[in-house]
Amino acid sequence: MTGSLEMDRPDDRNRLDAMAQGVIGKPLDRPDGPAKVTGSARYAAEYAVENCAEGVLVTATISKGQVVAIDEASVRDMPGVIAVISDERMVARPAQGGAGESPVRNVRQVEYWGQPIALVVAETFEQARNASKQLRIEYRSDDDAAIDQHSRDVPIETHGEPTIQGNLDKAISQAAYAVEVTYTTECHNSAPMEPHASIAQWDGTTLTVHSSLQMLKYNVKELADAVGLDPEDVRLLSPYVGGGFGSKLGISPEGVAASIAAMELGRAVRVVLLRQQVFQCVMRRSETTQRLRLAADSDGRLVGFGHEALVSNLPGETFAEPVTQASDFLYPGENRTLRIDLARLNLVTAGSVRAPGEAVGMQALEGAMDELAMKIGIDPVELRLRNIPERHPAKDIPYSSRKLAECLKAGAERFGWHGARRSPCHTREGEWWIGTGMATAARVHNLNEAEARVTLYPDGTAAVASDMTDIGTGTYTVLGQIAAEMLGLDRNDVLVRLGDSSFPPGAGSGGSWGAPSTGSAVFLACEAIRTRLAARLGCQEEELTLQDGFATVRGQTTALSDVLKGDQIEEVGHFKAGEISDKFSAAMYGAFFTEVAVNAYTGEARVRRFTGAFGFGRVLNAKTATSQCMGGMVWGIGSALTEEEIFDKRYGHVVNPDLAEYHVPVNLDVPHLDVVLVDERDPAASPLQAKGVGELGICGAAGAIGNAIHDACGVRLRSFPFTPDKIMAELGDP
Amino acid sequence: MKPFEYNRANDLDHAARLTSDGARPIAGGTNLLDLMKLEIETPDALVDINRVPLGGIEPDGDELRIGALVTNSACAADERIRRDYPVLARAILAGATFQLRNKATTAGNLCQRTRCYYFYNTEMPCNKREPGSGCSAIGGFNRIHAVLGASDACIATYPGDMAVALCALNATVEIATAEGHTRSVPVRAFHRLPDDAPERDNVLEPGEVITAVVLPAPPGGKHVYRKVRDRSSYAFALVSIAAVVRMDGGAIASAALAFGGLAHKPWHDERVDALLVGEVPSDALFDKAADLLLDGAQGHGTNDFKIPMARRTLKAVLREVTGDAE
Amino acid sequence: MALIINGREYAFEGDPRTTLLDFLRRDCDLTGTKKGCDHGQCGACTVLVNGQRINSCLTLAVMHDGESVTTIEGLGTIDDLHPLQAAFVKHDGYQCGYCTPGQICSAKAMLEEAANNWPSFVSENLSGETRLTPDEIRERMSGNLCRCGAYSNIVDAIVEVMEREQ
Repeated sequence: MTGSLEMDRPDDRNRLDAMAQGVIGKPLDRPDGPAKVTGSARYAAEYAVENCAEGVLVTATISKGQVVAIDEASVRDMPGVIAVISDERMVARPAQGGAGESPVRNVRQVEYWGQPIALVVAETFEQARNASKQLRIEYRSDDDAAIDQHSRDVPIETHGEPTIQGNLDKAISQAAYAVEVTYTTECHNSAPMEPHASIAQWDGTTLTVHSSLQMLKYNVKELADAVGLDPEDVRLLSPYVGGGFGSKLGISPEGVAASIAAMELGRAVRVVLLRQQVFQCVMRRSETTQRLRLAADSDGRLVGFGHEALVSNLPGETFAEPVTQASDFLYPGENRTLRIDLARLNLVTAGSVRAPGEAVGMQALEGAMDELAMKIGIDPVELRLRNIPERHPAKDIPYSSRKLAECLKAGAERFGWHGARRSPCHTREGEWWIGTGMATAARVHNLNEAEARVTLYPDGTAAVASDMTDIGTGTYTVLGQIAAEMLGLDRNDVLVRLGDSSFPPGAGSGGSWGAPSTGSAVFLACEAIRTRLAARLGCQEEELTLQDGFATVRGQTTALSDVLKGDQIEEVGHFKAGEISDKFSAAMYGAFFTEVAVNAYTGEARVRRFTGAFGFGRVLNAKTATSQCMGGMVWGIGSALTEEEIFDKRYGHVVNPDLAEYHVPVNLDVPHLDVVLVDERDPAASPLQAKGVGELGICGAAGAIGNAIHDACGVRLRSFPFTPDKIMAELGDP
Repeated sequence: MKPFEYNRANDLDHAARLTSDGARPIAGGTNLLDLMKLEIETPDALVDINRVPLGGIEPDGDELRIGALVTNSACAADERIRRDYPVLARAILAGATFQLRNKATTAGNLCQRTRCYYFYNTEMPCNKREPGSGCSAIGGFNRIHAVLGASDACIATYPGDMAVALCALNATVEIATAEGHTRSVPVRAFHRLPDDAPERDNVLEPGEVITAVVLPAPPGGKHVYRKVRDRSSYAFALVSIAAVVRMDGGAIASAALAFGGLAHKPWHDERVDALLVGEVPSDALFDKAADLLLDGAQGHGTNDFKIPMARRTLKAVLREVTGDAE
Repeated sequence: MALIINGREYAFEGDPRTTLLDFLRRDCDLTGTKKGCDHGQCGACTVLVNGQRINSCLTLAVMHDGESVTTIEGLGTIDDLHPLQAAFVKHDGYQCGYCTPGQICSAKAMLEEAANNWPSFVSENLSGETRLTPDEIRERMSGNLCRCGAYSNIVDAIVEVMEREQ
């Protein structure tokens, strides 16, 4: 087997474990770490480009209607103002992940409050921002903007094909134990620390853009399509990305506007979204209303399972928050109803935010599961253990490797879980009720086509190149480790270069598929290089042992540089997902255990302990994988307790479009996080036996916190986030 | 930010001259620059008063005089304030972050403006920002808004913590007038209720500059600052309470309570203090205090919860401050 | 007028609207200091001015004539990391890296504040010596948001440096 693979069946060869270097999985420091901690890593807006003009977007102040006129004269004479751009090529929305084509343009047709309308370009940022505030825009406002998901005249459509098996109503009515509840979640914002930013340069034939993006191979096409260029004439550079969490999957309005301005003005233009604009015009996670119906027999085994959700998006968007994604495969129940309804609202585009689907679906499901466990009177861990299906409950296909039971047990042991005979309000410390809760973690495994180039140089060092990005996930680290393991090199002798669209197209960072997909491409390229080395040594590839820069065949050891004899070997690995995903239900699993304190007077909830045990196939780097899990758990704390992007029900604007009032967790909100990595190899997941880990840590985490709140003080809330006012309202006399 | 003329004053006279001509004093700038970037504040001229000698914390007889330019950090770290006025140190430390408190000054903090979402959105009607335009918080999302002392024109809250403690301590604001005189205003009377002029947060007149805050003689007793907020740090108060209570032989000898997050000003109700004095602490007494405090409280929808939250938080604070536990 | 940044003099003669943050990033090409929100709500722009940590987005460059500014570039270099920088790498106290320079500048100032016995909101006593418990570190670092969620590792990194210094 060489350079390319379409994954149609499991790869049981488990090659990485047979390698000799011993670096795969090791908790090595990130090679990009020193650049990041010294401030020398340059992010998109930070390139010193000569004669760079500054642009600031002007956004709509109505929710629906038309821009009748843009009064350029109102700013033209302001100091430093160069141009007002409201080109028909400008985009009114960000691109959805993987779109590969321009998002909706026509910025003069306003469909949500905050929609980009124009770009003001000036010599300095202060001049541009000031002029952007002064630019007069005349609107004709429509009076039929749809803003409230629950208002009666909002158009609602069923998204995709619902799953309907058996008779859930009947199962519920005849069940020994049944839970029928509705949970809600509010809109979330990805809020990466680096706002979306682009510097565009145009030399008359090629458009070069430093931009903060997650998936360059799609982004090139999106940008080229938007501005009317051939994709070959567009180059994107994103070697460092200051967080994405889905909001940088597709091109966003600032990059297109900067590009158009650069092409029109013949000089470089930088556009950085104001923090408020990150809330107003990039991407929100949809609010959700989730009806959960669980029917269990007398042993606590699920016989009926219903998960139906109402979500929202702008007219014309095909994305609907896939709330039931894990419900599809996680638990049994022959009587099943899964369904997503989509309301069309005039609110900023809804799209992927870290773990779309499971992030909000799992926290509601796991709340309902806790309610069921209480009803049955069994340990909630035991309820989960009794409900691990043998085959996919709807598709009747096998699971790939699945460590759910192991995670439940390992997490419970590490945490010191006592699940028997739970009843709330058992522990009080001063003003605080103390309780514990748990939840399952599950996130579907995704793969994407990916290429990567690996070059083995005559001196025995190597380089990996792909347009893949590292958005903090550790891509630089793990791709280097895969190549080092496969080629028998010190990790420091492998240079990884990413985030340049002129490199072979990787998977992009999204859906937790980056490492398993692009990593597989690196693996395949290395396999091909090994085959060529073997040919030089007159042996089969499998006979070759590579370690510390030496090749050993049948007891004979040769320095790689002597094998190469001044040549370099270069291979491009090409990985395709193939049919494997139709043959196996593959997912990452885990379990959360947490201890929460609730103030008996004020309803403030604080997470005091938080353990997560996770199984996601082979761990490529124990340090960065642990960090990914921790990050997800922090998001879980935000989702449980503090985060909600609020829209004014009358005007449709974001009420809290900043980091003062949109409350992402701060350091004090987060206790020491305890992460257990459960050893696993999943041959159906990828040739690396690895799955993804960037999102798993959030999927269910907030459910565990909600369950702990219930255990602490007896308050069962179903409308996330559980802010003090909501908890307090249900508390008894302190 | 709109362009402005920048001048630096090196003494109070110079600062007063420039402010009389319409320049806005800037010290820490942590609130003013935030608002200027959004063009909620659009001064034509700034006078940088950081080098005016208004720093230092100095005793004046039994009193303690905190210079206008003393940073929040320096104030909270001062040994005398930590020892004799712990409620003030606690309140300051409950607000913002170390970074912000290193810049934010005593006078600037008193003058910080509301965090009302609609005040911050220049596209929305707001009587505080644009008198006569209306109040879009009424009927809107008003979770952080006032339940006491609001008007039809404005339901914004004063967002700070420090001033709540200063109210409990009954401190005095020392002001240099445009004419070169000095006048003193109790902190309890410094901030205004919105009435029909919510554009005025406080009683400062044009051209006036705060020069100091004066703390009365140490009140003794037990000091508590309780802040209820959405996240455990770096968030504005939903409800906060500063309490200074001295017990004598099982009864409350003196009590001074002030409340944040409830009104357009740090809320002080002397009837509540008076009710407590001379009484033996009991839940019934605390309920009566809450009844009195919240008599006339009115929610506006999303902030209705503040009424029971104030009641419950008051009970927690009074139990703590009158209890034996040290 | 001029500012002394990392020991070097930088003349400032621009628009008075220029924040210290934009002056550092645009005029001095010291892009290690990050702009995350531009409104004092995230801490990514934290630098030390005259030894104290501040949000450089909420102050004007023109207000700092003659003052001494230390940015992340002034703490250490790739070949000669400051102990905090090295500890952040070792403990993976970052992911995307964008909040990291602010976190490290903040941590440096925090250790000095604690050495000067400055209390915090979570200090049990306002008198006596400041002991940096994990909760004290968390509260004192709460002015630096990390959306990637590296807080637990950030605390570990700081604890290691603190313990080594003691």
